[in-house]
Amino acid sequence: MMALILDILSWTLLMAGSLLLIVGGVGLIRFPDFYSRVQAAGLTDTLCSIFILLGLLLQADNVPLAAKILFTLLFLLFTGPTAAHALAKTAHHDELEPWKADAGGASSKQ
Amino acid sequence: MTRYTISLTLVLSVIWLLLSGMWTHPVILPLGVVSVALTVWLTFRLDMLDREGDPLHLVLPSLRYWPWLLGQIVRANLQVAGRILGRRGGLHPGLATVRSSQKSDLGRAIFANSITLTPGTVTIRVRDGEILYYALTKDVVKDLDEGEMDRRVTRLEDQL
Repeated sequence: MMALILDILSWTLLMAGSLLLIVGGVGLIRFPDFYSRVQAAGLTDTLCSIFILLGLLLQADNVPLAAKILFTLLFLLFTGPTAAHALAKTAHHDELEPWKADAGGASSKQ
Repeated sequence: MTRYTISLTLVLSVIWLLLSGMWTHPVILPLGVVSVALTVWLTFRLDMLDREGDPLHLVLPSLRYWPWLLGQIVRANLQVAGRILGRRGGLHPGLATVRSSQKSDLGRAIFANSITLTPGTVTIRVRDGEILYYALTKDVVKDLDEGEMDRRVTRLEDQL
């Protein structure tokens, strides 16, 4: 009975994470410019990885495996923002203007 | 110094045990002891065995901040997901600045990383007392201007 509840919870988390991954991918295509696409990728960096790794955590049957999953999540949450910041900072440094709702922008392709 | 030596040894041992899973192996376990000792000695040689190199004091205050940040991440994720699936008219992207009241580099780094970690905003530049960031919508600019995240990070910084 307990195993069934854990399985249901685990699969719910995995499905929610996968759904967010797809939504993030759609955003990567739909969003108008470089900066906004970084935000769409941020979806897969954060809640998507949290959901998927927590779902896998519930499937882990020993402590070392669970620990590895938690370490993976921790490192992802530290490296994700670093990468996003590096991208945005470089774009800003190269004077890439963000896309504007009324004026469009340099890196938009509509 | 003794304090950091002991705590780093303990932390590294726990991490080694968790990652290897070899808790009783007659050959691998002594090798683990050797590698922990070697790492602690190298840290000492590199002059990094200090408060910054072994930041255990961050753990307890962070445990109070992270749940709140996690809530913000979930909320921001749903907002951005809504923007992705909705019409493009909802987007009003632009650059904005927010005041950061942290005094230390560590506090500013935590604030800047928190901004980047919530989807919809990404930190571009950190200057004294000010953070330049990109925001996907006007709502998130309003949220950050209210300054709750800034206050919470400053409170976290005070506890360190």
